[in-house]
Amino acid sequence: MIETSSLASGVVLANEGGGGLHSVAASGAYSALWLVVGLPLLGALLLLVGGKRTNAFGHILGTAMALGSFAVGVLMFVTMLGKDDADRSVDQHLWTWAPVNEFQADIGLHLDQLSVVFVLLITGVGSLIHIYSIGYMAHDENRRRFFGYLNLFVAAMLLLVLANNYLLLYAGWEGVGLASYLLIGFWQHKPSAATAAKKAFIMNRVGDFGLAVAVFLMFTTFGSFDFADVLGGSASASDGTMTAIGLMLLLAACGKSAQFPLQAWLGDAMEGPTPVSALIHAATMVTAGVYLITRSAEIFNASPDAQLAVTVVGAITVLFGAIVGCAKDDIKKALAASTMSQIGYMILAAGLGPIGYVFAIMHLVTHGFFKAGLFLGAGSVMHGMNDEVDMRRYGGLRKYMPITFVTFGLGYLSIIGFPLLSGFFSKDKIIEAAFAKGGTSGWILGAVTLLAAGLTAFYMTRVMLMTFFGKERWKEAPAGAPADWHEPHPHESPTSMTGPMILLAFGSVFAGGLFVLNESFVKWLTPVTGFSHGDLPMSEWAVTGMALSMVALGSAVAYVQYARRDVPAVAPAASLVTVAARRDLYQDAVNEGLVMRPGQYLTRLLVWFDNRGVDGFVGGLAAFIGGTSARVRKVQTGFVRSYALSMFGGTLLVVACTLMARMA
Amino acid sequence: MSMSTAATATLAVTKVDAPTIEYGKLSPILIIAGVAVVGVLIEAFLPRPARYRAQLTVALVGMIAAFGAVVWLARDLPDDHRGSVTAMGAVAVDGPSLFLQGTLLLIGIASVLLIGERRLEPAGGDAFAPQAAAAPGSQQEKDAAAAGWTQTEVYPLTMFSLVGMLLFPAANDLLMMFVALEILSLPLYLLCGLARRHRLLSQEAALKYFLLGAFSSAFFLFGVAMLYGYSGSVSLDKIGVASAGAMDNDALLLIGLAMVAVGLLFKVGAVPFHSWTPDVYQGAPTPITGFMAAATKVAAFGAMMRFFYVALPGMRWDWRPVMIGVAIVTMVAGAIIAITQTDVKRLLAYSSIAHAGFILTGMIAMSDAGVSSTMFYLVAYGFVTLGAFAVVTLVRDARGEATHLSHWAGLGRRSPLVAGVFALFLLAFAGIPLTSGFSGKFAVFQAAARGGAGSLVVVGVLCSAVAAFFYVRVIVLMFFSEPKVDGPTVVVPSVMTTAAIALGVAVTVVLGILPQPVLDLADKAALFVH
Repeated sequence: MIETSSLASGVVLANEGGGGLHSVAASGAYSALWLVVGLPLLGALLLLVGGKRTNAFGHILGTAMALGSFAVGVLMFVTMLGKDDADRSVDQHLWTWAPVNEFQADIGLHLDQLSVVFVLLITGVGSLIHIYSIGYMAHDENRRRFFGYLNLFVAAMLLLVLANNYLLLYAGWEGVGLASYLLIGFWQHKPSAATAAKKAFIMNRVGDFGLAVAVFLMFTTFGSFDFADVLGGSASASDGTMTAIGLMLLLAACGKSAQFPLQAWLGDAMEGPTPVSALIHAATMVTAGVYLITRSAEIFNASPDAQLAVTVVGAITVLFGAIVGCAKDDIKKALAASTMSQIGYMILAAGLGPIGYVFAIMHLVTHGFFKAGLFLGAGSVMHGMNDEVDMRRYGGLRKYMPITFVTFGLGYLSIIGFPLLSGFFSKDKIIEAAFAKGGTSGWILGAVTLLAAGLTAFYMTRVMLMTFFGKERWKEAPAGAPADWHEPHPHESPTSMTGPMILLAFGSVFAGGLFVLNESFVKWLTPVTGFSHGDLPMSEWAVTGMALSMVALGSAVAYVQYARRDVPAVAPAASLVTVAARRDLYQDAVNEGLVMRPGQYLTRLLVWFDNRGVDGFVGGLAAFIGGTSARVRKVQTGFVRSYALSMFGGTLLVVACTLMARMA
Repeated sequence: MSMSTAATATLAVTKVDAPTIEYGKLSPILIIAGVAVVGVLIEAFLPRPARYRAQLTVALVGMIAAFGAVVWLARDLPDDHRGSVTAMGAVAVDGPSLFLQGTLLLIGIASVLLIGERRLEPAGGDAFAPQAAAAPGSQQEKDAAAAGWTQTEVYPLTMFSLVGMLLFPAANDLLMMFVALEILSLPLYLLCGLARRHRLLSQEAALKYFLLGAFSSAFFLFGVAMLYGYSGSVSLDKIGVASAGAMDNDALLLIGLAMVAVGLLFKVGAVPFHSWTPDVYQGAPTPITGFMAAATKVAAFGAMMRFFYVALPGMRWDWRPVMIGVAIVTMVAGAIIAITQTDVKRLLAYSSIAHAGFILTGMIAMSDAGVSSTMFYLVAYGFVTLGAFAVVTLVRDARGEATHLSHWAGLGRRSPLVAGVFALFLLAFAGIPLTSGFSGKFAVFQAAARGGAGSLVVVGVLCSAVAAFFYVRVIVLMFFSEPKVDGPTVVVPSVMTTAAIALGVAVTVVLGILPQPVLDLADKAALFVH
């Protein structure tokens, strides 16, 4: 009984606070809201349109715009702190793009407790990564273009989280997809990077299609794109419609957040420069799916079936990513698999409804800190190791890169859930929430999250040990090394790179503690997402204890395997499971077999039909029009007398027709 | 002796009132007329080297002042924005007049910037013949070119033409409309014949334009006479009153309206009165082509709307079917013939014909929304056209502008910025979203659909699709073809052409992304004074 009532109260809360139903028009300090998006957008415009002229100061300008956006974001946050819960949600209507009867395509922003969290994360981590990139990209001749794209990404991502309607959100959604494509393929002279960019773009199209259909459905159901109308009206729509919208939104989230079954692009996306991996493919863009589901809480609350699908996708991906992460030797790919798995946690939590929304977002923020820090650390290692990414060619680097070692180590402790660090609190809450769902499904989800916590500890300990401990394997030439191979000289990175890493490490350590202190994060978000405790079948301490034992177990196994024994320089032959994990659980083979090959056959069929049927018609039509054109063209003789004659004939015709119109 | 006494007596009996003219309300037109006269005086009294700067300054300052006057008058409009008539009912100062006059002045400013460009010709000078009176190819012409002469008369001529254009959409009686038509046309005939390169082509164009223009003026005047015969007045208001109750015996009225319409349709280049357009657009100096294509359309559509909306609102069931037919033929013919064009100026000419059809679509809606959408389209179209012709002036080879399309192959590889800007204009012509062309097309089609001309909208959309083909073909040519080895170069212009192009780009993008303020302005200005 208690369970139902608290759940119900959560739903009621969600309905009351959700979707900006009570939002007021932006005024005072809030009226600067548009600058949050405007500044990086301006930066992107200046850098991309200005071209070579901005080469000299492009990186400074780009970073300044990101920092400026962050400053405005902080102003928004401080202003919001000074208001009551009821007044914290504001709308800023900028302009109406094309008003057509009921079709209102508004350009408007919406700021509430949820979006301000994202604004701070995106602009804060974004600014740090801009600063880091100044050093990381110092020797790249296209650095200005890189900063232009980064600014474009930040602007699009902010638009995504600040839009006050789904149509504008869609614009931001596509914008981040474009920026991601441009940045993954930034080193387009490498065929692998160009292919990875295309792969990411195409797989994302599948998800974007889902979002488009969801937006269509919303418009036909509610006659509006506004959060207020769509979410406020969700109670009145039929269950079937809500489930359809929910599933389509889930499809969108799967594409953008690399969730099963659209996960295959994320590993390849590591072809992009490492700051990109940190910002876009770890901290922000890939979490857009979690934002989408949380923002659409009312829709999912109204459809238990869609919620179930969300938790299933999350649960599969949590394990999928963790298993793949255990076998990867490429440091960035191992981290990418980990990202996939951690976002699986968030999606799973978001699928739990009001029990989980808050913790999904909380884990999203702490993950933003520690994963961005881990990626920047990986970038720093690569920077000192001649861009080597194979962890089997690392080892013992802690002596050479002390700052990188410490910051990476803190990120590592945080992600595995070492007590009192950020990741410990946020992950623990998700595991609790999974159990608290109740019923058989609660037990299954709880077990999955626990197992994944152990796997996380294993693969992250493995990364840590292979990189910073053990023998210095990079001193020997690899088998089949080119003749001009020379030993790398690992060294610590410049301050512009270590600075952001240190700041992110602070976040990795302290953010989680701050969030759970007085339940401040829960209280902050409840007005938007709703909150309910659910019904935990055991004590919180028991859950924490189980989680910690899993972490200890995972770490211990990794220690035995990678610290007590030597790490071979070449991946050894291994069991079927390991081989499968090394090959991403055959995700590419599955995609090729299930989608690509049949798709190719379908394409061939269509091409055949197109050549025979459609082209015959279209080509015939085009030839007809072209032929008509060539014939009619001859009327234009160049003789003024024939022109005059045609005018005279035309006049007669017009006069005759006017007279006839009266008769008719 | 007795005769003169009688005449004196008659004069004494019928006292003639001096016409009252409110000069303040005519100030935009009067300022430009004054600028034109000052321009003539400059030609007469200033030494040759000083004329260019003086002409340019006077023209630009004058147009900016006139624009200020338009804004001032618009602020003084009463709340219902209906405005008033002045000069004994001959000129209307109302929303549409002022909106279109403001548009014309902005287009005029950009055009004069293009006309004043002197960086493009390798040997110096502008786009105009060094001495227009010298026979093409003669020794006299070569001497004039060697001496670095230029015909700075083009500035007063442009200003005179602009006076006619400002008056044309404001003319509230048919005689005034005819006078405005001639004022705007005569200087244009001259300007068309003044090209520095390909002078014979240019002179041929001028002659054709003049002959056919005179021919169409005759139709216009004949129509005016018919309407006067029917209603006993040339005032649009009075014709409106007389035609409101027209029932049977009104052949005079119908023939008159058809004839006047022909005169106006000639000016906007609607089919079948369009045949001058490609030849003249191609032959005229490109800055003049841009000015003519953009400004003449604005002025002529303004006059056409006033004619149909003020003088013949009661006759809509008679003229609408015919105009719908003209609009359809215009869109179809413009779009189809454009497909096989190989010269970029002729391509733009046919494109302008197709656009005349699209604009007619809005006019035919016969509602306030029709007026406002047509005016919005004219703003959007005017600046895109001007910008596109400005880009054409930049792509040159040894023989002057390289207007053959094959020369534009691969331009995007060599000059991505210029090709990108041109591509933007082409996309706007094609009506791709986020450009002004989309907003404009959307507005006129919406007005036409609401006004019950659904068939017209269907044809319009289909023609847009056909038209998109040849616009995009140029983009493909520029960006996806190999550049020719001895292809043209893009000359870097002075700040004047750059400013004109930048204005075109700015209007195109802003009206695509943020059309609402201008749409609102056009909505407010959509009421004709009766």
